[in-house]
Formats: sequence, C-alpha cells, structure tokens
Amino acid sequence: MAIRRLEIAAALILALAGSAQAEGRYGLGRPASEAEIAAWNIDIDREGKKLPAGSGSVAHGREVFGAQCASCHGEKGEGGLGDKLVGGKGTLASAKPVKTVGSYWPYAPTLFDYVHRAMPMNAPQSLSNDDVYAVVGYLLNLNGLVADDAVLDAHSLSAVRMPNRDGFVPDPRPDVR
Amino acid sequence: MTNPGDVGHGRDEADGETVSPSRRRFLSRGTALVGGAMAGGLAAETALADDPNGPPHIPEWMKAPGADTGAQPYGTPSPFEKHVVKNIPKSLKQYTSASVRTPLQDLDGIITPNGLFYERHHGGVPEIDPAQHRLMVHGLVERPLVLTMDDIRRFPSESHVYFLECSGNPDFKAIHAGKTASDLVGLVSCAEWTGVRLKTVLEEAGLKPGAKWVVAEGADAAALTRSIPIEKCLDDALLVYSQNGERLRPQQGYPLRVFLPGFEGNMSVKWLRRLNVTDEPAYSREETSKYTDLMPDGTARQFTFMMEAKSIITRPSGTQRVGRGFNEITGIAWSGRGKIARVEVSVDDGKTWQDAGLQAPVLNKALTRFRLPWSWTGEPVIIQSRATDETGYVQPSFDALTKARGMNSFYHDNAVIPWRIAVSGEVSNGYPKA
Repeated sequence: MAIRRLEIAAALILALAGSAQAEGRYGLGRPASEAEIAAWNIDIDREGKKLPAGSGSVAHGREVFGAQCASCHGEKGEGGLGDKLVGGKGTLASAKPVKTVGSYWPYAPTLFDYVHRAMPMNAPQSLSNDDVYAVVGYLLNLNGLVADDAVLDAHSLSAVRMPNRDGFVPDPRPDVR
Repeated sequence: MTNPGDVGHGRDEADGETVSPSRRRFLSRGTALVGGAMAGGLAAETALADDPNGPPHIPEWMKAPGADTGAQPYGTPSPFEKHVVKNIPKSLKQYTSASVRTPLQDLDGIITPNGLFYERHHGGVPEIDPAQHRLMVHGLVERPLVLTMDDIRRFPSESHVYFLECSGNPDFKAIHAGKTASDLVGLVSCAEWTGVRLKTVLEEAGLKPGAKWVVAEGADAAALTRSIPIEKCLDDALLVYSQNGERLRPQQGYPLRVFLPGFEGNMSVKWLRRLNVTDEPAYSREETSKYTDLMPDGTARQFTFMMEAKSIITRPSGTQRVGRGFNEITGIAWSGRGKIARVEVSVDDGKTWQDAGLQAPVLNKALTRFRLPWSWTGEPVIIQSRATDETGYVQPSFDALTKARGMNSFYHDNAVIPWRIAVSGEVSNGYPKA
C-alpha cells in the first residue's frame, strides 16, 4: 500500500513536471504556431541567412525607386524629405561626415530588412520581396557596390561587403571623467 | 554629500566655509525684504485701478457658483495654463519620424504629466485596438507564445518611477541654438510605469540555452526594431501598460511598450508586438545606421545604451527673467546608472560650486529635483548645475565631452548647461556662440 502511494506520488510529480514543460508558471497565452511565427517574423540577420526567396535587378530597382522612393530620397538617392542614401565615401573621419548607405551602413542584408519593414514611409510592407531586392540592388549600384547588370537575391546580397563593415566599436563609456 | 531631503543646505567649495541653512535664509530674506518693500509701495498705488479682484474688492469668481461638478469627464488644465504645452518644432520637413519636447521650464517636481511627455516616433503614432493587439514571443524559447492584453495584465505587476530620455538630447551641434531648457534637453520626461517584468514573460515562454539577446519590434509603421541584451531583460526591464496610473497614451506605445530603465529611449520599443529571443543582435537599421555614435577617427560606437548622469537648471532658465533679490534656483538631475548622489550649482561661471538640496525621495533612475536658495545682486552672471550619480560619475563639461568625442557623435550629449543672466535679468543660453 505504502509502495503504491509512493508510485502515485512519483507519477504526480512527473505529471506536474510534464505540465510545467508544456506551459509556463502562470499558464497565460496560447502557443504560437510555426506558420504564425513565419508570418510575423520579418527579422533579417546581418549575414543574410534569413533572407527570403525572390530576386530583383538593378534595372528594375531603378523603376521601383523612381515610383516609390524618389519623391522623398531624390531620383539618385541624393536626399530630400528623406535621408541622403548615396555618397559620403571617405568622409566619416572628416569634420563634415556624410553618413549614407554606401559610406556608413555595415551590412547589406540590413538594407533588405529595413526597406521591407519600414519603406516606403507612406505604405510600409507593401513592396514584394522581388521589388525589395531590386530597390536594394539599385541603392547598392548607386553607391558603386554592385554592377549595373546585377541581380540581387539572398545569395548575392549576402555576398556584398559594405565598405564600413568594420567601422563599429563597442561602447567604452564612461569615457569622460 | 547632501542628505536627501535636507533642502537648502550647502557648502561653498571655494573656501570650505560651511554656510548654515539658517544663516543663508537670513541673508536671503534680508535682500528679499528690501525688494518686497519697494514692490509693496508700487502695488498699493495701482491696486484700485488694476486689481479689480484684489482687496478691497470681492473676487468675481466668488459671486456666482462655478462650473458643474463633473463638467469635465476627463479633466484638463486651467485655461490660464494653455501656454504650457509640448515644444513642437514649427517647420520640420515631415512629422512622421520626428520628436517633440517636454516644457521642462514650466514644470515642478519630478513627474511629467502624461499630456506633456516627450515624443519621438519613427513611423507616426498608430491607433491600436487593445482587444486586437497581440504580443508574440518566439525564437530561442521552449514555448513560443501569443499573448493578448488580457493575458499580459494577468501577470504579477509592478510600478516604478523612471525617467525616459531620447539619446539625442540634444545634438552636440544644437547646443548653441537652444533658447529654453526644453529646446536643449526637453527630450527627457519621468513617470510612474506599471507593467510586468520582462523576465516574468520570458520565463513563461522558457528561455533556451544560448539566449543572449531579445529583439523587440513595434507594431508601428516603422516596425521599429531594437536588440536588448539578455542581462537587461532579466534585470529591471518591464513590459509596461500604464503610465502615471492610467493606460499608456498612444504616443507612449498604447497598449504595450518595453521599458528599459536608464537606457536610451528608442530601445523602450512602443506598441510592442514581438519579442524574438536570439543568440545575436538584429543589427537593425536603428542600431547600425542610426543610434551609433561617430567618433573623430571615423569609427562609430555601437550599442551605446546607457544615458549617463545629467542635470539642468529649469528655473531660472532661458527666456525667463529674474528679479533682484531672492530667487530659488531649481532643476532636475538624473542618471541611467542609478540614483543621483549630488548636484552642485555654480553662480559664478564655474569658479565655485555649492551643493544643492535634493528633494526626497531620491529614486533610482528617476528625475531628482534639486534646489538652491540664491540672491541675485543684479550683476551679470552665469549659473549652471553639475550632477554626480551614486557610481561617482560626474556630469562633464561640454569641452571635456567634445575633447573625447568630437562634434559629430550626435547622441549622448550630457554636458553641463550654463545659463547667462544679463543685467536686465534676462536669462539666455550660456554656451559661447559657435
């Protein structure tokens, strides 16, 4: 009888441990399915391993940029209502640094991430993956980082080495005493 | 060190003489009495003509009942306070990704009214139905979760008073231009925040080994994304749904935001919809292209989270006018590293400094109100304050800061802010003109 009780107690402990595995301490919320996570998770890592399928040419990117981006960023990314996106190479250590995609951004896949999630400002997340690849390709081309006939996809975008890739350092503060 | 709550006690560092509070009060009062007597004589002559609701008249607002009880279902300030509003720049290129400031010079105490809290948005202010809002927790967790606002409000809750400050407050190059305290450092506010520990929610999902960062994403049009180190997530980070007792305002992330005490404001992601637990940062646009601090050698500091100790005199401050005689110098101090230990005030262009009184309670990572009784002789002077936090860190001068970082780092300018008082009593920005 005593042994039987012990067995029941052990089973109960296992069951409790099992339910603790299945749900958290408070049992709040519901499980997120793989499909739900895939639909909401738009984060692209700096190496581009999470870049989606699709592709776009620099030539198509020029068209998309003209239609969707140029009104704020200028026909050639020279800036206006929106940030200047082109130029500034070699200015970062000068008295008047010009921070652009070409001169400052360290990772090309981040361009995909940002354009996809936040641009164009009046209609974010409206561009197809193909169009995002194309626009990103056009911006890299304007900055002299890919050829005029380049086609960007997950593989080729990941392969682009940005000039300022190694330009970032950890925070050393407190640095003033 | 000044004892919190011991308002008005100070020590003159120049000669080491300790001035007792009572002696200082006596000196101040003497000056104030002289001024008061003059003002009194003038007032008596003009009272009857210009003071229709002063003695001997009965004030008109006493002669009939006032507005109905409950006439305002949600109360607003007196119409006589309508000038106390957010400091909104007049001619920005656009107002979707922009900021507006708290009118620090018009406020007392340490709590910022919700309607005057500073704003910084990257894709405008979304209008979110809390019944339809969802928080997803996924990545390196045992149990990926979808949580409703009802779920989130069922977790154990906490309330804390914390400041929040934008990292660019102000741009190094803007310090000469600012006219008011708000122009200069109005991107700081302070409130009591209520929510659940981020740690509690992450443990509900169960962290997997290798979880080092949590990428937070907003449900705004910028889908703003910042990476938070796991140490902060498991320390004092909160998921917040209320501010100063009421639900968050839309401008502050309604219905849910991250709150990271002491860290630069944009990391406290508003309208929070997703927490992705990862082994490395997202290296998002907001932590590479923006919110990185460019140094004179062309390198840029990245993941510069901490808002270091800072203070500003809010009264008297730029565009105000002081009268001769007694004036209370007061302002705010704060540090992302903890409590404010000391605020010193100089009334002689930095030659000597004396301790200001700190209003109790002095709270961790919150605004701290400081005060110093002072008598203005009518001579032109420069006044300024300097904060020290509990780690011993001292707020630097602008010269020391730019010597270390140059003029192009944009973010994390926490330099001492001087105010110039002219013979006329007019107060203006005390930085030398560029």
